[in-house]
Amino acid sequence: MSQTSFSSLWKELTKGFLKENPILVIMLGLCATLACSTSATDAFGMGLAFSFVMLCSNIVVASIRKLVPSQVRIPVFITVISTFVTIVDYTLKAYLPALSQSLGVFVPLIVVNCIVMGRAEAFSSKNTVMASLMDGIGMGIGFTLIITVIGTMREVIGNGSLFGGQVMPAQYQPVLILILPPGAFLVIGFLMALHRKIMITLYKP
Amino acid sequence: MMSNDLNIFLILLSAMLVNNILLIRFIALCSFFGISNSIKTSIGMGMAVIFVMVMATAVSWPVYHFVLVPLKLEYLRTAAFILTIATFVQLEEMFIRRMFPPLYRAMGIYLPLIVVNCAVLAAAFLCIDYRLDFAKSMVYTIGVSLGYFIAIVMFAAIREVVDYAPVPSLFKGHPIAFITASLMSLAFLGFKGLFGL
Repeated sequence: MSQTSFSSLWKELTKGFLKENPILVIMLGLCATLACSTSATDAFGMGLAFSFVMLCSNIVVASIRKLVPSQVRIPVFITVISTFVTIVDYTLKAYLPALSQSLGVFVPLIVVNCIVMGRAEAFSSKNTVMASLMDGIGMGIGFTLIITVIGTMREVIGNGSLFGGQVMPAQYQPVLILILPPGAFLVIGFLMALHRKIMITLYKP
Repeated sequence: MMSNDLNIFLILLSAMLVNNILLIRFIALCSFFGISNSIKTSIGMGMAVIFVMVMATAVSWPVYHFVLVPLKLEYLRTAAFILTIATFVQLEEMFIRRMFPPLYRAMGIYLPLIVVNCAVLAAAFLCIDYRLDFAKSMVYTIGVSLGYFIAIVMFAAIREVVDYAPVPSLFKGHPIAFITASLMSLAFLGFKGLFGL
């Protein structure tokens, strides 16, 4: 794992896309995924906020991993993560107040978004800074990708629009249920089945 | 929306059913899907969450209003709360193990997990965001945690039955669990409009 050849780094990067996708396979960080995907814009915003925290905390945790005694590692990791979450929270409040309003309590909750903690504990506390950087980017992209797909499906079908602009014909009757809470569970259930189908066709011919 | 004007009974019901933390607000879903395999474990988890959540709000509310606000350190609340809660869960665990061994055996293994259960932190934040006073914060937190208990135990009961159902192979396991949750969430949506909340 600790070798820094190009191909192994590439592997750390791409595993987050499908094979170890944070939402569909590791199944952590579901709260934010479901709650912030009523529109593609919110979903994309949440994806970026999450990716930033993920990337920065992975780098910091990997660079201090040899200094921190293992008994106190969890409080230390949480402090690192909460620092970056506070930065994101206040940056959003200052520059994108509308997005911050609609994401609400879920931005501060990235702290206890188990996936950030999970990667810090399972990956970056044991790997080099470079590998952790790649892992962070890969996980970030995988998360942003899936949450945006969920957001797009819910917004197009449930509201007839995409990123706020109308895409369906005017006589289209929106299926309201998809932007209500039950729709989030429904969409992710079907996406998981689809992901399973894709994995079967790709890896087990 | 929640506010100080509502009476205590309405706050309790609204937190428990209308805005159910798992099915309507989507908080703490990791544990909802992770630990709902059997009714027994979900009852243990539910009890532990009720206990920790009420205690955590009882500690974090004074910390925010009597320490962070006078010092103008509100921006530190995320870090302050999570550290308070983590320390407190640790103390609670030691206290319960010493004083109430049977209770510890019933919910001991779930206590450390709850530190990263977002529901606890979320309840503490929401009490602050809704500007509830101390008594109402406590009632609100009790409502939220009872809602968690009801939802996770019901969900575990349904999953135990679904295990025996002929489900298409692609949907076996987690996908069907999500679709089950979707239907439960739909049922809880029916509480909306109750008391005009």
